[in-house]
Amino acid sequence: MLAFILRRLLQSVLVMLTVALVSFGLFRFIGDPINNMVGQEATMAEREALRESLGLNDAVPVQFFRFVANAARGEFGVSYRMARPVADVIAERLPATLELALISGVGALVIGIALGVYTALRRDGWLSHAIMGLSLVGVSLPTFLIGILLIYVFAVELKVLPAFGRGEVVALGGWTTGLLTTSGLKSLIMPAITLGLYQLTLIMRLVRAEMLEVLRTDYIKFARARGLSNRAVHFGHALKNTLLPVITITGLQIGSIIAFAIITETVFQWPGVGLLFITAVQFVDIPVMAAYLVLIALIFVVINLIVDLLYFVVDPRLRVQRSGRGH
Amino acid sequence: MPGAPSASDPSSPTAQARPSRWARFVDSDLFYSFTHSPVTVVSALVTLVIFAAALLAPVIAPHNPFDPATLNLMDGFTRPMQANEFTGNVYWLGTDAQGRDLFSAILYGSRVSILVGVAAVAFAALLGITLGLIAGYRGGWVDSLIMRIADVQLSFPAILVALLIFGVFKGVVPPALQDRMAIYVLVVAIGLSDWVQYARTVRSSTLAEKNKEYVQAARVIGVPARTILLRHILPNVMGPVLVIATIGLALAIILESTLSFLGVGVPPTQPSLGTLIRVGQDFLFSGEWWIVFFPGLTLLLLALAVNLLGDWLRDALNPRLRR
Amino acid sequence: MKTPRVAAALSIATAALAALAAGPAAAETVRWAAAGDALTMDPHSQNEGPTHVMNHQVYDSLVFRDQAMKLAPRLATSWRITDDPTVWEFKLREGVKYHNGNPFTADDVVFSIMRAKHDNADMKGLLTTVVEVIKVDDHTVQMRTDGPNPLLPNNLTNLFIMDREWAEANKVTVPQNYKAGDETFAVRNANGTGPFRLVKREPDVRTELERNEDYWGKGIFPMEVSKVVFTPVRSAATRVAALLSGEIDFLLDPPVQDLERLSAAKGLVVRSGPENRTIFFGMQQALPELRSSDVKGRNPFADKRVREAMNIAINREAVQRVVMRGQSVPAGIVAPPFIDGYDKALDVVPATDVARAKALLAEAGYPNGFSVTLACPNDRYVNDEAICQAVTGMFGQIGVRARLSAQPKSIHFAELPKGEYDLYMLGWGVPTMDSHYVFHYLFETKSDKGGAWNFSGYSSPRVDELVTAMTREIDPDKRAGMVAEVWKTVQDDVVYLPIHHQMLNWAMKDNIDFPVQSENYPYFKLLKFRK
Repeated sequence: MLAFILRRLLQSVLVMLTVALVSFGLFRFIGDPINNMVGQEATMAEREALRESLGLNDAVPVQFFRFVANAARGEFGVSYRMARPVADVIAERLPATLELALISGVGALVIGIALGVYTALRRDGWLSHAIMGLSLVGVSLPTFLIGILLIYVFAVELKVLPAFGRGEVVALGGWTTGLLTTSGLKSLIMPAITLGLYQLTLIMRLVRAEMLEVLRTDYIKFARARGLSNRAVHFGHALKNTLLPVITITGLQIGSIIAFAIITETVFQWPGVGLLFITAVQFVDIPVMAAYLVLIALIFVVINLIVDLLYFVVDPRLRVQRSGRGH
Repeated sequence: MPGAPSASDPSSPTAQARPSRWARFVDSDLFYSFTHSPVTVVSALVTLVIFAAALLAPVIAPHNPFDPATLNLMDGFTRPMQANEFTGNVYWLGTDAQGRDLFSAILYGSRVSILVGVAAVAFAALLGITLGLIAGYRGGWVDSLIMRIADVQLSFPAILVALLIFGVFKGVVPPALQDRMAIYVLVVAIGLSDWVQYARTVRSSTLAEKNKEYVQAARVIGVPARTILLRHILPNVMGPVLVIATIGLALAIILESTLSFLGVGVPPTQPSLGTLIRVGQDFLFSGEWWIVFFPGLTLLLLALAVNLLGDWLRDALNPRLRR
Repeated sequence: MKTPRVAAALSIATAALAALAAGPAAAETVRWAAAGDALTMDPHSQNEGPTHVMNHQVYDSLVFRDQAMKLAPRLATSWRITDDPTVWEFKLREGVKYHNGNPFTADDVVFSIMRAKHDNADMKGLLTTVVEVIKVDDHTVQMRTDGPNPLLPNNLTNLFIMDREWAEANKVTVPQNYKAGDETFAVRNANGTGPFRLVKREPDVRTELERNEDYWGKGIFPMEVSKVVFTPVRSAATRVAALLSGEIDFLLDPPVQDLERLSAAKGLVVRSGPENRTIFFGMQQALPELRSSDVKGRNPFADKRVREAMNIAINREAVQRVVMRGQSVPAGIVAPPFIDGYDKALDVVPATDVARAKALLAEAGYPNGFSVTLACPNDRYVNDEAICQAVTGMFGQIGVRARLSAQPKSIHFAELPKGEYDLYMLGWGVPTMDSHYVFHYLFETKSDKGGAWNFSGYSSPRVDELVTAMTREIDPDKRAGMVAEVWKTVQDDVVYLPIHHQMLNWAMKDNIDFPVQSENYPYFKLLKFRK
C-alpha cells in the first residue's frame, strides 16, 4: 500500500518536473526575455547588464533549478502584455474558470447518468434512439458553433440570457463568485451548457454501455430471480456497479473540461484563465503560457492521484493489474 | 482492409467456389453487420461523397476560391440562388464577403480540412504505432520512458497541446512565413496531440502477442525483430487502430476547425471549413446566414458521418477483440 | 439649457424607462463595450486610442477637441503666444480639485509635462519641441519651445495633468515603463480632476467609474451619467449580441455589417460621422531589391509607373460598397478632409483601369508582373483584413501576385518599425488637425528628426526642406503655400496608395443622445439622455 502510494507520488513529481522543463524551455528559449523587456534602442551593454542581473548567463541547469524553485512558490515573472505578475493575473482569473468547470462538470455528470440509465433500460424506445442520435450530433458539432447558436437564440432572439461575461460577482476573500447573484447565475447557464455538452454525451454513452453490460450478468439475473423489483435491480444493483468507472472517468475529464474552457471562454467572453491563455498564445506572452501549462498539469496530476488512490482503496483487486499500467 | 465497399454489390454465387479475398470479406461478419445497418451505409455514402467531392474539387468547383485574382469583389454577399444586384451573377449557395463562390469555397475548404485531418491522423498513427510496438516488444527502460512520456502528454488535452505548439511556432517563425507554414504546423500540432492512444493500444496488444507461441517460435528460429513486429504483431493490432483512427479523424477535423476558429489555423486566403465558419459567423447577425450555415452544415455532416462509421466499426470489431 | 429640476425629472423618467428596458440596471448608469481595453491607467505611459479614451474620463488635459473637433478650454481657460514667439502662456482654471481633494495648481502642470517628457513615456513624442515649463504664478504657466511653434496647443489634447503630491506620495513621479513590465500604483489607480472617479479596475475584464460630484465642469457639461461600466469584449458577434439583448447601452465599435440590423432594432440607434483616420498602403521604394519578391536585382516599387499601376488597380468603390458597406469615403490622399491644408482637388479617387495598369507594368519591364508579400493588421482598423484580401485580388488582376500576411496589431506594429515590410497597410489620424503632422511622420526622410512612420523609404530633399521650414513660418499664407507644394509633390510621386477615410459609427440605446467625436473619443460627461 505504502509502496504504491510512494510510487504514484514519485511519478507525479516526475510528470510535474517534465512539464516544468517544457515550460522552462518555452520561457528561456522561445520568447527572448531581454528583447521583450527593453526597447530596440537599448545598447548591447544595457542588454548584457540586464542579462547578468536576471541570471541568464548562469548555466542552464542552474537556471532551471531557479525556475522550478520560483514556480513552486507560484512565481512566474511578469506578463509581457499586461505588465503584471503572472501569478496575480492567474489568481484573479482562476475562480471564474473553476466555477464554470465545476458547474458544467456536475451538470454533465447528473444529466449524463440519468440519460445513460434511461437509454440503457429503454434500449429500443424511440426516445432512446433520439437521445443517442442527438448525442452524436452534439459530439460532431464543434463547441464554438454550439456556443454561437445558443447566443443567437437565447441572447439575441429571445433576450432571456446574457450574451457574455460573468454578470455581477461577489468577492469572498480572494475568491470571486458569480453563484450568489441572479445575473451571475444567469450568465453561467449558456457557457455551462456549451462546455458540459461534450462530457455529458461521453458520460451518457459510458453509463449506457456499462449498464447494458451489467444487466447481462448472472448477478443481475440472480437478483431478478430472487423477485426483486425492477427498481431495486436497476438502481440498487446495476447502477451502483456502473458508477465506479463513471466517476473515475469524470474525474479524469475535469482536466480536459478546464482546457476546453478555452473555447467556451472565448465565445462567451468569460473572464477565466482559458481566455487569458488564448490571448497569451496570440500575443506570444510566454510567461502566461508557461504558468498556465504548469497550472493545468498540476490540476491534472492532483486529480489523477486522488482518483488512483480512491480506486486503490475501493477495489483491492486492482493492485495486481495496476502494477502493469496500460491495460 | 479495402475501402468502404459499395453496398449495392451483390455477392455472386461463384464467390463460394473461389474464395478470393473479396469473397471472404463479403462473407465476413463485418460486411454482414455493415449491410444490415442502414445508418452505417448512409454514413459511408455521405463520407464517400464528401471525400470524393473534396478530392475532385479542382474538377468540380466552378471557381478557384484560392486564386484571389479571379474574384470579383462586387459579387460579395450574393444570396443563394439569387442574382447579384450589381453583377447579375447567380451562385448556387451564394457568395461570401469577398465574392467567393461558397460552393467552390466549401469544396476547397473540405479539401483542406480533410487533408489536415487525414495527414494528422496518419502522423499520429505512425508515431503512436511505432512507439507502441517498440515499447511493447522491447520492454524495460525503453517501455518505461515511452509510457511515461505518454502519461505526461495525456495530462494535456489535445487542444492545449495543439495551441502550445502554435504558440511556439508563432514565437519562432517570422510573421511573413507563418501563413505559408500554418497548414503543416496544424498537421503536426493535431498529430502530436493524439499519438498516445495508438501507442497505448498497440503496446498492450503487442505485450499480449509477444508471448504467444508463434512469436516465440519465430524468435527462436532467428527471424529479425522488425519482421516479427511488422509481419506478425502489427496485423493483429490493426483492428483497434482502425477504430481509433476513424474516430480520431472526426476529432481531428473538428479540432482543425476549432483551431482555425480561435484564429491560429490556416489563413483566410486558403480557408478550411473552420476558417469559413470563423469568418462567416461575423455575418450571422446581419442576415447573411448562408456564409456560416453551409460550411457549418458540411462540417457537421462530415464529422457526424465519420463518427457514425467509427461507432459502427468499434461495435462490429468489439466481440472479436474480446475473444 | 435645462433647469436642474427638469434635468432631475428627466433623469427619473429615463431611469424608469431604462429600468423597464433592462431590468435591474441603475438609472444613469451607462454600460459600454469595445474590442480592446486601455493598456494602462498611467496617463503618460502609452499614446494609444483606447488608453486615452479611459484616461479622458478620469483625468483632464489643458485643452481638448470637442465634438465639433474645435480646440476647447479644459484645465486651461485661455492660451496665447507671448511677445517672445517661442513662449506660450496658459491661464489655468481656478478652484479645481482632484478626486482626493487636493487643489489643482501650476505646479501640477509643470510636473505633469515634465513627467510626460520622461524616457519611459510614450507621450514624449508630442513634446519634443518643449524645452522648459515655467510656473509664473499659481494659475499661469509658460512653455518655451526650441523655436517658434505656433501649433503647440494642438499637441496637448491628450496630455493629462496629474496631482504632483499624489504622485510623490505613491512613488509614481516616473511614468510606468510599459515595455519592461513595470507595475506601479498609477497603473491601476488614478487621481485626476476629471468628470469621473476610477472606482474599480480589472484590466481586460471590467472598469467602473463614478461621477465626480465636485467636478468643475458641472453646469458646463451635461454630466447626466452617474456611473460608467466598461467591459472589453473581443468577439464582434458577442458585442453585437450584448447590445441587442440590452446588456450594454453603448457600443463604441459595432461591425459595419451589423449596422443595418442595429439601426433597425427597436430601441437602438446608430450615430455616425467621419473619422479622423485614413487607410492606405505603403510600398518600400528605396531598397535595391524587395525581400519578398521573385524579382531580383531591382525593386519594382522604385519605378513610379509600377506605383501608379498599383494605384489604379484598386477599385475603391467596390471596397467601399462591399467590404465597408458604404461606411467609408474613398480617398485619393492620405489625410482626412477636415485638417488644415487638405485640398479637395487633391483628394480625387483614381479611376480603376486594369488595362492601363497592365500597360504601365509592361512599360516598366514587368509584363508578367511580380510577387510580393502584403502585410496587414487584422484587429486594428475597420475590416482591415477583408480590405487586404480584396486588394490582394485586385493586384492579382494586373499580375502583381500579393501574398497576404495578416497579423494581430501587436505583431504588425512591432514588425513595421523594423522596416521589414515591402508592402504594408497603415491608418493615419491627425490629432493636431494640421498637414504638418502627416508630412512630419509619413513623408519626411526617415531619420532621428522625422519620418518616424515613413517605412516607404521615400526621400525628397525638397519635401524635407519645406517641412522643416513650415514649423517656423509665422505668415499663414506663406505656410499654406509650402503645405500645398508638399502635397503636390508627394501626390505626383505616388508615395502611398490611399484607400479610404474611415467613418465612425457608435451604436447605442435610443434614449441616449451622444453624437460621435471624430477622434473616436466618447466623452461621457457630454452624454445626454432623451425624454
